[in-house]
Amino acid sequence: MAKVSMTVNGKAASGEVEGRTLLSSFLREELGLTGTHVGCDTSQCGACVVHVDGKAVKACTMLALEAEGAEVATIEGQANADGSLNTIQQAFQDHHGLQCGFCTPGMVMSAAALLKDNPKPSEAEIRDYLEGNLCRCTGYHNIVKAIMAASGQDVSSIAAE
Amino acid sequence: MPKDNGIGASPKRREDVRFLTGAGNYTDDINVNGQAYVHFLRADVAHATINSIDTSAAAEMPGVVKIFTGADFAEVGGIPCGWGVTDRHGNPQQEPRHPIIADGTIRHVGEIVAAVVADTPEQARDAAEAIELDVSDKPAVVDMAAALAEDATKVHEDLTSNLCYDWVFGNPDDDAVQAAFDSAAHVTTLELVNNRLVANPMEPRVAIGDYSRSTDEYTLHTTSQNPHVIRLLMCAFVLGLPEHKVRVIAPDVGGGFGSKIFHYAEEAFCTFAAKACGRAVKWTSTRAEAFISDAHGRDHVTKIELALDADNNFTALRTNTMANMGAYLSTFSTSVPSYLHGTLMAGNYKTPIVQVNVKTVFTNTVPVDAYRGAGRPEATFQLERVIDKAARELGADPIALRRQNFITEFPYETPVALTYDTGDYVATMDKLEQVADVAGFAARRAESEKNGKLRGFGINCYIEACGIAPSNIVGMLGARAGLYDAATVRVNATGSISVFVGAHAHGQGHETTFPQVVADMIGIDEGMVDIVHGDTGRVPFGMGTYGSRSIAVCGSAMVRATEKIIAKAKKIAAHLMEASDADIELKDGQFTVAGTDKSVAWGDVCLTAYVPHNYPLEELEPGLEETAFYDPANFTYPAGAYACEVEVDPDTGKVSIERFSAADDFGNIINPMIVDGQVHGGLGQGIGQALLENAAYDEDGQLLSASYMDYAMPRADDVPFYQVDHSCQTPCTHNPLGVKGCGEAGAIGSPPAVVNAVIDALQSGGKNVTHIDMPLSPARVWAAMNG
Amino acid sequence: MYEFEFEKPSTVAEAVAALAEEDAQALGGGQTLIPTLKQRLAMPSKLVSLTAIPQLKEIGDNDGVLTIGGAVTHAAVAEAAAGSYPALADLASHIGDPAVRNRGTIGGSLANNDPAACYPAAALGSGATIVTNRREITADEYFRGLFETALEEGEIITAVRFPVPEKANYQKFLQPASRFALVGVFAAKYAAGVRVAVTGASEEGVFRWREAEAALDASFAPDALDGLSVDAAGMIGDLHGSKEYRAHLVAVMAKRAVAAAG
Repeated sequence: MAKVSMTVNGKAASGEVEGRTLLSSFLREELGLTGTHVGCDTSQCGACVVHVDGKAVKACTMLALEAEGAEVATIEGQANADGSLNTIQQAFQDHHGLQCGFCTPGMVMSAAALLKDNPKPSEAEIRDYLEGNLCRCTGYHNIVKAIMAASGQDVSSIAAE
Repeated sequence: MPKDNGIGASPKRREDVRFLTGAGNYTDDINVNGQAYVHFLRADVAHATINSIDTSAAAEMPGVVKIFTGADFAEVGGIPCGWGVTDRHGNPQQEPRHPIIADGTIRHVGEIVAAVVADTPEQARDAAEAIELDVSDKPAVVDMAAALAEDATKVHEDLTSNLCYDWVFGNPDDDAVQAAFDSAAHVTTLELVNNRLVANPMEPRVAIGDYSRSTDEYTLHTTSQNPHVIRLLMCAFVLGLPEHKVRVIAPDVGGGFGSKIFHYAEEAFCTFAAKACGRAVKWTSTRAEAFISDAHGRDHVTKIELALDADNNFTALRTNTMANMGAYLSTFSTSVPSYLHGTLMAGNYKTPIVQVNVKTVFTNTVPVDAYRGAGRPEATFQLERVIDKAARELGADPIALRRQNFITEFPYETPVALTYDTGDYVATMDKLEQVADVAGFAARRAESEKNGKLRGFGINCYIEACGIAPSNIVGMLGARAGLYDAATVRVNATGSISVFVGAHAHGQGHETTFPQVVADMIGIDEGMVDIVHGDTGRVPFGMGTYGSRSIAVCGSAMVRATEKIIAKAKKIAAHLMEASDADIELKDGQFTVAGTDKSVAWGDVCLTAYVPHNYPLEELEPGLEETAFYDPANFTYPAGAYACEVEVDPDTGKVSIERFSAADDFGNIINPMIVDGQVHGGLGQGIGQALLENAAYDEDGQLLSASYMDYAMPRADDVPFYQVDHSCQTPCTHNPLGVKGCGEAGAIGSPPAVVNAVIDALQSGGKNVTHIDMPLSPARVWAAMNG
Repeated sequence: MYEFEFEKPSTVAEAVAALAEEDAQALGGGQTLIPTLKQRLAMPSKLVSLTAIPQLKEIGDNDGVLTIGGAVTHAAVAEAAAGSYPALADLASHIGDPAVRNRGTIGGSLANNDPAACYPAAALGSGATIVTNRREITADEYFRGLFETALEEGEIITAVRFPVPEKANYQKFLQPASRFALVGVFAAKYAAGVRVAVTGASEEGVFRWREAEAALDASFAPDALDGLSVDAAGMIGDLHGSKEYRAHLVAVMAKRAVAAAG
């Protein structure tokens, strides 16, 4: 066992982990941050996406010890300080961008990473960026629409509400 | 103006806030104090005799609590099949024992051979690797036709063959059906495969069994679409436990699509092992395990023949299907290729003679059961493909050919036992032609061709049967359960309401839509109404959520219970206002006496019910809580027309979906936003089936597509924005809300449109390709073009 | 995963020392290795992370040679090479998905040499030099078949030197499930000649399509490849495409790469 320390959602966090402990396991089991989900074992579904030092990564494909000293952001830290939904979260609710909710934390974290680099992505850029985030419920329609809306684009002309 | 509350409005989903902030409560998020973890040792061969299992070394490994093998489950029941189909000769289906842990024979890759319970998941897995398993391989039975051969190896030695049942439906008179074909002006024949799929909800299955020595009570947390059904099957058929000692809780569930209907071995195991180990036992499926242990879907091989007269009227339809059951009969497996498939073969058309022949087959593969649509996509696909092929052979317009044969008068009794109560297929086709901009297709094709691409347009209709019922009829057809649902409306003293429902939400938004209905009926704010679901300890016995049944069946029960509440509340209001209850009206949460200015508020009536100081105690019980069970009089029949436009890259065979349009008739709609979302999701899965997804086995029974590296899931860039319309509404005639259900339409209605569009594209490029089996991967399309 | 120790040295020397232990293994971004470990297909005693070694994260650009440290992520290459070697940047920006690109490293990819990976095509197609803690290996020497390379035990890729071509392009046709290359073709035109490297297709891993190179040497235009094809016999045939299909795609993607290179 080894000690690991990092900052998670702005707060210091530490614990004893094995070499093989994944960041996702550390977040879920040691810190109780169960919003980060695990939906596959091959690093493809993206339900576990968190930010490490400002970059989107798959928490199930990173060892907890690799995150030593890092700034980690998870879905639990995304809401505004007053507890209200942030712009992306609110857009997902407004545009019905989630159904069962399981992929949602990863989708929101990926969307946040995208919009940081590309504040007004096109539909194609959003679909391309979500290559590593699987959703089985929404057919992606309302996820893409929500991200466009979150970036301040007019989505009223997109088919079907 | 769109409504802003109640039925027909689109309030934002209240459940979203917890899901968007990481506060959801999925089964794997739950940990029970002192829990141990189970790792299942699963078969890596498809068919073998187990000579011995030596667990002695494993038992000595660090952290091991207990190791279980098939012998430990010899005294408990097998997993039951919920539907007994009678074959064409009047004989029952062949029904093998389905053990919790393999009992001497391995019958599919992924079957549980042993289970190790240990302090940590990794210790359990370490110990499982130390189990010494000695097996003798047997030939794997994988291909259905080969499985039915005289000399085929049997999947189950104690059965007479690999045939589960040989079933005929519709017109059983072979000679009469043949005569119709003999006299036809044209016959179109098509052989096709409905590809095997894996449901792949993003949340893998999880089960946590717990047992309390002090109360002798069990609790099972599980990822289920129907916790009461799981409790009943597990208690009554597998473990022999009294139901009142078992509580099954399905909290937030991350999608199901059918795969979480069924009672699985892991659920019974964790419940059983919790008592045997004296500790809670938790299992979290990996995705790799999910591929070889979740029930698969579809997997039909069909020959369909359509007869037409000289005027292009459909005169007869005959189908012959082999349907894969896998190695064991999963919960609803036998109903899918029979009553959920054969009954839909008339489609939207007035074909007078329909004969459906189905052979279900045991193979050394994972059990196959319902997946979104369940039987209805298989019916729709073959019917809408053969119609398209017929149109091409006859040089007929595919839309006109369908229109000509539409059922136009309702109620309509089909030759395959259903009575469609209502519908308007002309209206949905009209709407589709508009939404899909059929008129603009030629210009879009020309544009694609300029870019070196082939463009195709494909269309299809669909009808589905939702809210399967009534119980007395399905009972005659072999269902071993009722198919009603239940709701308890509990009004609290201050007027807020908890509705306890048998339906289960795992993405459908019931927590938002169900309160819309109750609030609308009473005229109060939706925020005063919550639903409770997913816990047998709290909700009345209901059958859960699948088959697009929630609002049509459970919603109807909720309406009935709310009507009882209103009737009683009116009596209380009448007492308070010293009027006759016949004169009491309820509007916007106010009770009034007709023709007077007297009124009393909803909240005052509720308070009076619970603080009955001024109350007709001689005539009326205090309190305000009512339960209703609702058993529908008929199925509901959503229907519609879908259109797909594709581009095909002739150099690579790659298909891209350029447009997808849907015109659905779901009857009345509670929440249009959520209905759109349900259709979108179904379309995503249907397009996935058509272009990407394929659960492929090799000849040894190894699943080739056993991870996301080889099983192609639809991603955001595989699909377009969809054009979805549900303005055509013919309300269901027999349920109180006039609703039909919308959960499966997208998955049922989209695969044929996609395939029809690709065939159209290839034909436009001069390729004489009449069929390609799904998924229409680039490799398959290219091979068809160059074959 | 089996249990292992974890070490994160800050110099190459420390890393080499750590890797001297029996069954120790280097860890780049882990985007392939960690999923492999989850399946218990490997049992290292120790993982030595190379991502905290500053030397391995350097990117240099001089005299027409782009040098990329072994622990540079795909995302960083996409950014850093955008001006100097756009074809390489473009290739890097389409490996895996964004989260994978933020962790996965060029050294990790080349050391693994997955037959469907993108970087081997870029390295071979550019005639790159693989620089290790012990020596320099030409790309033509480096790739030895499926998951096989010239690397020896304990040898670490410290940098990869890419000569920048006059023009180049990479065309990837996706395997629909994994989104790895079903076939990927990297074509690059140098003063010394054209190089065409193919990934995803062959049972022998990444390879140079010499016949195409010769044709393109004569005329760097798509139609120079008319009538040329690779032999289907050596191609991979699987669930996602037959040998013939892959052979066909090699020709299609090669033409597209040449066309896109301009």
